[in-house]
Amino acid sequence: MTMGMSWSIRTEGLGKAFTLHLQGGTRIPVLGGVDLGVAPGECVALSGPSGAGKSTLMRCLYGNYGAGEGRILLRHQGEILDLAAADARAVRAIRRETLGYVSQFLRVIPRVPTLEIVAEPLIARGTPREAALAAARALLLRLNLPARLHGLPPATFSGGEQQRVNLARGFAPGYPVLLLDEPTASLDAANREVVIGLIEAAKLAGTAIIGIFHDTEVRDRVADRLFEVLPMPAAA
Amino acid sequence: MSAPLLQASGLSLRFGAIAALDDVALEIHPGEVVAIVGESGSGKTTLLRVLSGLMRPEAGTVRYRDPAGAVHSVHDMGEAAMRRLHRSDWGFVHQNPRDGLRMRVSAGGNIGERLMAVGARHYGGIRAEATAWLQRVEIDPERIDGMPDKFSGGMQQRLQIARTLVTHPRLVFMDEPTGGLDVSVQAKLLDMIRGLVADLGLAVLIVTHDIAAARLLAHRLLVMRHGRVVEQGLTDRVLDDPQHEYTQLLVASVLAA
Amino acid sequence: MTALGYNFGYLDENTKRMIRRAILKAVAIPGHQVPFGAREMPLPYGWGTGGIAVTASIIGTADTLKVIDQGADDTTNAVSIRRFFAKVTGVATTERTGEASIIQTRHRIPETPLRQGQILVYQVPMPEPLFRLEPRLAETRRMHALADYGLMHVKLYEDIARHGHVAISYGYPVLVGGRYLMSPSPIPAFDNPKMDRMPALQLFGAGREKRIYAVPPYTSVRSLDFEDHPFVPVRADAACALCQSRESYLDEVVVDDQGGRMFVCSDTDYCGTRQSHREAAE
Repeated sequence: MTMGMSWSIRTEGLGKAFTLHLQGGTRIPVLGGVDLGVAPGECVALSGPSGAGKSTLMRCLYGNYGAGEGRILLRHQGEILDLAAADARAVRAIRRETLGYVSQFLRVIPRVPTLEIVAEPLIARGTPREAALAAARALLLRLNLPARLHGLPPATFSGGEQQRVNLARGFAPGYPVLLLDEPTASLDAANREVVIGLIEAAKLAGTAIIGIFHDTEVRDRVADRLFEVLPMPAAA
Repeated sequence: MSAPLLQASGLSLRFGAIAALDDVALEIHPGEVVAIVGESGSGKTTLLRVLSGLMRPEAGTVRYRDPAGAVHSVHDMGEAAMRRLHRSDWGFVHQNPRDGLRMRVSAGGNIGERLMAVGARHYGGIRAEATAWLQRVEIDPERIDGMPDKFSGGMQQRLQIARTLVTHPRLVFMDEPTGGLDVSVQAKLLDMIRGLVADLGLAVLIVTHDIAAARLLAHRLLVMRHGRVVEQGLTDRVLDDPQHEYTQLLVASVLAA
Repeated sequence: MTALGYNFGYLDENTKRMIRRAILKAVAIPGHQVPFGAREMPLPYGWGTGGIAVTASIIGTADTLKVIDQGADDTTNAVSIRRFFAKVTGVATTERTGEASIIQTRHRIPETPLRQGQILVYQVPMPEPLFRLEPRLAETRRMHALADYGLMHVKLYEDIARHGHVAISYGYPVLVGGRYLMSPSPIPAFDNPKMDRMPALQLFGAGREKRIYAVPPYTSVRSLDFEDHPFVPVRADAACALCQSRESYLDEVVVDDQGGRMFVCSDTDYCGTRQSHREAAE
């Protein structure tokens, strides 16, 4: 890969271990020496056996887990920032403007209607409220979530409906970098097609995407290449 | 990035042999919600009282930046300035609503007091504002002339929040705001606080032992133990990837935080 | 020394000096309550000992004293205080507002406008305007020090919310010189506007509470209110049965055992003067 605008997100020697103080200080290394770069418009699928650390890598890339070693470079508002070294406020700013994450499960905020949940990240970035709500509405409809559900909090929704809310929230702002953790896991074929369409549109718009796709059919259709995450040798 | 609203460093305070605060540093920026978590006796309430100027530390400083950009040392500013700050630019929500409300003054009067303290002299305007705030905290505006001691605990706490926020403070201190309430009432109150904080762009320092509440409300978390901040950072990272032994214990002892 | 063997004005000169120092301080800080050392008086507390101490400290041989109680010169309290000073000072006394250089009053301000050079001495039972709202005296002092008077407005707000108007007819709180909240003593709210920019010096003495405060001549005295509920001085909507005045403050008097009532001026000098003028005109 060349330098310059050739990547949107890049890790250098990223490593992560967990120290379990409640279990005698046991140290569990999960990731080591991860060098991954993703270009604008590129979709990279993480591969590797279950338990190899794919989800841990995703969480590190989002700043949800602290990186133990190495750097996570992002282009944020014209600057190159190291997420691994960024303080809490910088991570929040990066998440607001640059970095989106669709987790497997929606963390439901009680009593907040679906439409507000989806529009919230847009509003946080300065989109006028009405425009944000309109965009949220359109995206939810595209994901086949009928308008009668938009005013309800998603707490009582089915798993598939909650996942579509989650997807709408992740895709609505058009982040330059998007992390997708099993985005189609509980969706039917029709909705899977919608998600594939969203991913393809995001790629065309220049979004760099890193995903975990257990559904190989989806993976083969959206991923430009695979990046293998291998298990670390057990600690001595 | 903006300059911090409140900046504390080197705060220490002992109660006899017990270190209530041991070299604590902290800053909070406009619009930021910071939760201080820890078990009782960890010093979190003392920290809140010291930061808000209600208590003086033995060592260390707390600096506040006013809307004009001037920085003041909280513990050197004098009582008049401190009171002015507490009734306009700052707010304090007590765990027990009785500590933050006048129980023999009507709901409308409780909300109106802060407006009048900063110079509001139009009865109709004060009343309209009080009505709007009652609606905002989901209290029937018909009860504007009702006495708080006839209200439920949850309503009292919501009234205290309305009374505190009516002057649009920039920084609000909250001491276990859901502490004395039933679980279902707690959830409703937390949602309300979350919504108000986001709508008003408030900076909030909230002390809580409720990890779930901290996750819902706070952008950033400080974990205190024995008067020290043992860990701090982004809320979801501290809770999902705790580094310190005590934080791991705290998180492990909470079900599905 | 007077004929009875008392010092002039009853109090010893050191006590009078001490009280005058308190008065000077009170004049210097309009509306601020100054503590003073109250002395035993030949009257119990509640009978105007604070006012008497103030009058005793300022009165001189050239003064002419008037004493009123609820506006009247001829009630027991007024008569006994007037006689007391006549005995212990020998100064001239009068019932004419215009002739007096010092007027000691309980619960009224004379209807006849006071002029520069006169002194109005109020008897005050409770000098602290906040005492019903904030029982801790130390806290009320702090509130005065910080001009933290939101609580007083809360009381007015509560009155309007409950009754549609401010339900204070006596001792209606005022702000003096734009700074200190002050109790005007239990004068009717009707009299409040007379305090504003009054040419005479107003002194207030509270014997039991041992406080003196003052309003210097031409000082602003504003009754607290709301923009949309302005302060309104209220009087009975009637004319005085004796002098037909429709401007003066009226007392309701029971005249027989059948529930018969009439309204008369509470200011006896004002009423009497008007009556004699009417008679002269007829």
